[in-house]
Amino acid sequence: MAQNDSEKEIDRRDFLKTGLRGACLAGLAGVTAVGLGRAGGTDMVWQIDPEVCVACGNCATHCVLEVSAVKCVHAFAICGYCDLCSGYLNTNPRALDSGAENEQCPTGAIKRKFVEDPYYQYAIDELLCIGCGKCVKGCNAFGNGSLYLQVRHDRCLNCNECSIAAACPSGAFKRVPASCPYLIKQKASHG
Amino acid sequence: MMRRRLILSIFFVLFGRLAAPAVERFPPPEFESGYQLPSPTTPPPRADLFEYIDVAVLFLALAAATWLVHKKRSRSLIFALMLFSLAYFGFYRKGCICPVGAIQNVVLAIFDSTYTVPVTVILVLVLPLVFTLFFGRVFCAAVCPLGAIQDLFVLRPVAIPDWLESSLRLFAYLYLGFGVLFAATGSAFVICRYDPFVAFFRMSGSFNMIVVGICMLIIGIFVARPYCRFLCPYGVILRQLSRISKWRVTITPDECIRCRLCEDACPFGAIRAPTAEWAAEDYSIGRGRLAILLAALPLLILLGGWSSSRASGWMARVHSTVRLADRIYLEETGGVSDTTDASAAFRATGRQIKDLYAEAGGIEDKVGTGSWILGCFMGLLVGLKLIAHSIRRTRTDYKADRASCLACGRCFEYCPREHLRRQKPDTEGQD
Repeated sequence: MAQNDSEKEIDRRDFLKTGLRGACLAGLAGVTAVGLGRAGGTDMVWQIDPEVCVACGNCATHCVLEVSAVKCVHAFAICGYCDLCSGYLNTNPRALDSGAENEQCPTGAIKRKFVEDPYYQYAIDELLCIGCGKCVKGCNAFGNGSLYLQVRHDRCLNCNECSIAAACPSGAFKRVPASCPYLIKQKASHG
Repeated sequence: MMRRRLILSIFFVLFGRLAAPAVERFPPPEFESGYQLPSPTTPPPRADLFEYIDVAVLFLALAAATWLVHKKRSRSLIFALMLFSLAYFGFYRKGCICPVGAIQNVVLAIFDSTYTVPVTVILVLVLPLVFTLFFGRVFCAAVCPLGAIQDLFVLRPVAIPDWLESSLRLFAYLYLGFGVLFAATGSAFVICRYDPFVAFFRMSGSFNMIVVGICMLIIGIFVARPYCRFLCPYGVILRQLSRISKWRVTITPDECIRCRLCEDACPFGAIRAPTAEWAAEDYSIGRGRLAILLAALPLLILLGGWSSSRASGWMARVHSTVRLADRIYLEETGGVSDTTDASAAFRATGRQIKDLYAEAGGIEDKVGTGSWILGCFMGLLVGLKLIAHSIRRTRTDYKADRASCLACGRCFEYCPREHLRRQKPDTEGQD
């Protein structure tokens, strides 16, 4: 008799468990369905909106990588190719040359090259760039704003929570589809 | 869907360009020397295909863990699979994305219709849950890289009293609650932010988190897998699902001889001893206590909700918009004289301050509601835990607790019945 009762008890418990398991599976299916409704087929990656970025310098220090995944990129089409480049040179340079004390860039990552009189090309050496945005600030202040910061996806680990995004004062970090992972500055169509 | 988003984003790019101060202080030159403009390089991110490969590897690892735990019953092979998972999901994939953190993506996607969650992330979240519903916590045993790195440090485990284990576990529920609350309000992904081991996987990270991670591993020498047992927000979900799993992890399919060796073998205190007979007077005391606790349950829930809602202001400040609004308010009312990067950036956009206040107010309301739910949930948990402690189950054998068992397989090696069983020819030994 006692044997019988305990068997019944176990059956009842198993029945309850099966029911609960079914409910959980249904719940999971529901969550998956809602998720799939909001799902994109492609992965999402972090990117900086250059129009919102204020070049505060957090990109250089807040990335989980020792050298930030954010680098300066140059929109050559917007650049004025100035001799006196406010992205390249300090505001009060001692001399207008490539001396380290005159340059904005703390690592000398901006390479200046003579093109033709009076124009100079400024190119970023990405291996040296630390993404501090000093040149971006200078270029935005007095130049055309052709230097800007972007997350470089050959370096970015695509953390679930980007620690630079969490520290970004202007909310310039956004998730973009991996199929178009850059927000490239282009030449304005109007004057 | 995608096309509409694309058109929208193009629209925003164009619109943004018109709205932004289109400074062209120095018109780009017309070169005479035939100079060609260099084009910007755009190194692509990791291809989508690899994300699907990750999901496939996760599925295969879960299937392998299931087979090893339930059929092969070999601790050394489970350990080997665990090392593989540590290498692949940990050091190769750098711990991102993991099912623990994926909770937040899916929660955010449910609460925020503008947030897109990749299909792969949903699969990464759901696959281990489904496996747990059928086979117990095989994910914890050999697939989770966070569990794996701690398992390597289980060297001198000490037994922790039940009441302490049960109380400390409340932190994990609280952590899950915060993770969901902050994800649902779009404030932050705290589970990722305070992941103690991801810094090791990436071989870089913030100083504080590396110190926390090292401390956690050192504690883990004595208190086996402290993160899994007392903090992991995914672990507490898996616990509950494991309770109703179709197949449970058995110490041995054969008869238990109550030698207590398995109890010594388990570093997680997950093995439950057979229960003694209850004395008759214990029943009446237990009944009385149960009645009091059941009556107190609503009170506990309300108390939890109320006390948590007291902290909702602090919780709301996790959202950057609320922090910004607070700062702007301070600046406007003369509380501070300088500006921060964030407040200066906000003022440069020319947005109305009252819009910002309204937005922050909306977030504060949401967090306020969320903090009540979180508090009630915690109160309910405390109540249920107390009730569970005053209900006795009868057990005749040593058994692995369905919820706490991490399916690591250490007890398989210790059980003398299991050794005997293995020596038998396969035809008899297999069930």
